[in-house]
Amino acid sequence: MDIKSETEVSRRGVLVGGAMTAGLAAIPAAAAPVAAQQERPMTMPVTLTVNGKKQTLEVDTRTTLLDTLREHLHLTGTKKGCDHGQCGACTVIVDGKRINSCLSLAVMHQGDKITTIEGLGTPDHLHPMQAAFVKHDGYQCGYCTPGQICSAVAVLAEIKAGTPSHVTASLTDAPRATNAEMRERMSGNICRCGAYSNILDAMSEVAGTNA
Amino acid sequence: MKFDTPAGQNPIDQLKHVGKPIDRIDGKYKTTGTAPYAYERHDVVANPAYGYVVGAAVAKGRISRIDLAAAKAAPGVLTIVTAESAGPLGKGNFNTAKLLGGPEIDHYHQAVALVVAETFEQARAAAALIVIDYARTAGRFDLEKELKDAPLYSEKGKPPVTKIGDFDAAFGSAPVKLDATYTTPDHSHAMMEPHATTAKWDGDKVTLYTSNQMIAWSKGDVAKTLGIPKDNVRLVSPYVGGGFGGKLFIRADVILAALGAKAAGRPVKVTLTRPMMINNTTHRPATIQRIRIGASADGKITAIAHESGSGDLPGGGPETAVSQTRLLYAGANRLTSMRLAVLDLPEGNAMRAPGEAPGLMALEIAMDEMAEKLGMDPIAFRVANDTQVDPEKPERRFSQRQLVQCLEQGAERFGWKQRSAKPAQRRDGQWLVGMGVAAGFRNSMAMKSAARVALDKKGIVTVSTDMTDIGTGTYTIIAQTAAEMMGVDVAKVVVQLGDSDHPVSAGSGGQWGANNATAGVYAACVKLREAIAQKLGFNSADVTFADGKVRSGNRSVALTEAAGDAGLVAEDAIEYGTLSKTYQQSTFAGHFVEAAVHSLTGEVRIRRMLAVCAAGRILNPKSARSQVIGAMTMGAGAALMEELAVDTRFGFFVNHDLAGYEVPVHADIPHQDVIFLDEVDPTSSPMKAKGVGELGLCGVGAAIANAIYNASGVRVRDYPVTLDKHIAHLPPVA
Repeated sequence: MDIKSETEVSRRGVLVGGAMTAGLAAIPAAAAPVAAQQERPMTMPVTLTVNGKKQTLEVDTRTTLLDTLREHLHLTGTKKGCDHGQCGACTVIVDGKRINSCLSLAVMHQGDKITTIEGLGTPDHLHPMQAAFVKHDGYQCGYCTPGQICSAVAVLAEIKAGTPSHVTASLTDAPRATNAEMRERMSGNICRCGAYSNILDAMSEVAGTNA
Repeated sequence: MKFDTPAGQNPIDQLKHVGKPIDRIDGKYKTTGTAPYAYERHDVVANPAYGYVVGAAVAKGRISRIDLAAAKAAPGVLTIVTAESAGPLGKGNFNTAKLLGGPEIDHYHQAVALVVAETFEQARAAAALIVIDYARTAGRFDLEKELKDAPLYSEKGKPPVTKIGDFDAAFGSAPVKLDATYTTPDHSHAMMEPHATTAKWDGDKVTLYTSNQMIAWSKGDVAKTLGIPKDNVRLVSPYVGGGFGGKLFIRADVILAALGAKAAGRPVKVTLTRPMMINNTTHRPATIQRIRIGASADGKITAIAHESGSGDLPGGGPETAVSQTRLLYAGANRLTSMRLAVLDLPEGNAMRAPGEAPGLMALEIAMDEMAEKLGMDPIAFRVANDTQVDPEKPERRFSQRQLVQCLEQGAERFGWKQRSAKPAQRRDGQWLVGMGVAAGFRNSMAMKSAARVALDKKGIVTVSTDMTDIGTGTYTIIAQTAAEMMGVDVAKVVVQLGDSDHPVSAGSGGQWGANNATAGVYAACVKLREAIAQKLGFNSADVTFADGKVRSGNRSVALTEAAGDAGLVAEDAIEYGTLSKTYQQSTFAGHFVEAAVHSLTGEVRIRRMLAVCAAGRILNPKSARSQVIGAMTMGAGAALMEELAVDTRFGFFVNHDLAGYEVPVHADIPHQDVIFLDEVDPTSSPMKAKGVGELGLCGVGAAIANAIYNASGVRVRDYPVTLDKHIAHLPPVA
């Protein structure tokens, strides 16, 4: 009991302390000269193929793939919902696999082929998944939508490729695009407007299964 | 247009466009990532600098020292805004806490500085170099403790306790009674788009591309906070990535972007980081609610009391969790009251269905418990206590009230007969399965709303209003309204929203947006129809608008011709008389849930959900259904997982991101069904509509909690219903 509560206090203490480190004195004197020396950010060249187009950029090594798309290439269809891998709004497809682009630095993608929502379809030529989202009202505010659609396209490809998930009953039989499979695999894409039931209808239509 | 008598037949009743489940007109932009949100305005603002917000590291106290030297010297830094550099700022009418703190700190993560730099990475790195010493002072963070001495709350001019009859006597002598206390925790809006603003000054005028539900309120609050004339402020918010009440008012991003852009001498964009949002902005306050119900043996309520306590910063308001109890059920002896404690937590404020959402989470469990005590079916108990009049003012009728129909049709559709009255009776393998029901209730509010409608020589009808679409489908229902009124296809209507240069609308909040904003468009269209008729020399009383033409008798003129080269424009507002006082205008729902509780682990899964809604005319059944299922999903979060954990020593919400503050994900939500009952409400507006955006949330949490009880036999009165609260009491495993 005593040990537990001590542990609790000390864990919490660390947490709060973490939030308050800026409040501890004596850091600034040491930090200032370092900052002044570092006149320019460390940059590196990187070449990416985004939606079929080769792009060569000089990027700050701290710049995420997400911010490279949004701030440098002005491809703002990919959304920043949390910037640390908790919401899925930044989902893009890299070399055929979906990733959270906020958890990945641009310089890690030299030579990679990236597909964003803009690469799937345009307002006048919607991708079948985009058209299905419109038909089934699989969105409301629209902010998580590009990530949901990129994930949905990649999820159906994963199932087709036989990649198992947590809910796949058998590792030897091919998984099917059931509701349970799709819901499980889509659970990294949060929709606070709560369009899940409609998103499943849209995916089922594209997958050719019944919702 | 003054709306002061119930609507008769009007062009909306043609229902050629209104009432049709058409796809959203903005859908192709949202699904292709081409709809621009506040932080993405490369199209209108070139080369903005980046602002990064620093939040207070203490909940209450004072900044004793702030050292900006290292941050100022860091690469790329253009300027740093603090309370000291900003000078005196006002406080908006709708804000409780200041948006820029310092030297006094009012709550944890209150903004205390903005670092502006050439790049996001530079601003973030420099922000970490700011050194702040705080003198921390004691704060009040424990709701239960602070409520012990908290005063009763009264709205100005109103008594703090509403009393009808003699509650104490009636409750004392009631043969069947319930006295139970329920708690709901603090909730976060957690909309997907973080608060964000891009600010650009032109001389002394500022344009703010932001994410906001209520443009006119917020324009006024920006002016008041910055101390500049309203005319010098323009807000632009065409797409809002979710709000749920969290974007009703301006937040720190708006003011800091404006101050940062001014100081830097160039456009600046600012977004709150996800981990800062929960403590920096507002939340739905926690409640502790005591409910007492007394009834005769045959199930008629004779006494009902609902008392709620919540907390907020000094000058804030209560969570109005008792409101629905004044109107929902009959009963001669009634009492409600609220206590408001002062807390030094972040600001409590409106979140989707404020009042009713947590109020019904408690009341509708109480009704379930009471039905069980009476040995009645919970639907039959609610039906027996239905009222068609305001129970406090029996001369005041509900304009429409189909609660009984919602419950009975829902029961039929859901297979309610299969429910076992005795809990913990139904098993499916290792799962215990149960069903729950709850009533949904939310008022419909009348709000003035204006629009401008223009017709051009190509026959395009352009609607402009400062109304917002926060995912609700506003673009589409406004286009449907204008198409119906002007006799054109929806494709011929252009809708421009969310710009403070447009006529002032009702805005998006309190589920009042759809009915009022479309009624404002109706009013402007009536005026445009008159202008067209007058120009053509038609008698406006007998003109019809259809198929792109205007007809009177045997004369017919194409709208393109009627518009002429100059086009025609009309502007008007819907304004309301006293119908909303004469009648109680409300919306109703029956929520049905089937839930399963794992007999070994206590894990809860929702298996089925149905909402039957009666909410006036449904303007677009497709987008309205989405509003309802979305609200049901948020209700599932409130019932099962959502809870801001309060650190009562340091005074902040600990789980301040989307990993710690859990909201429902795909795997949590089954297929959801929604039924809208046929209803038109001629007292509500010329549209005869009400709202559904909040109704879908009201009551659903209790329906889930009741289904869990029916499955497990364990009654949990403290939300969320997590497995730790019932696992020790689950039925023995054979």
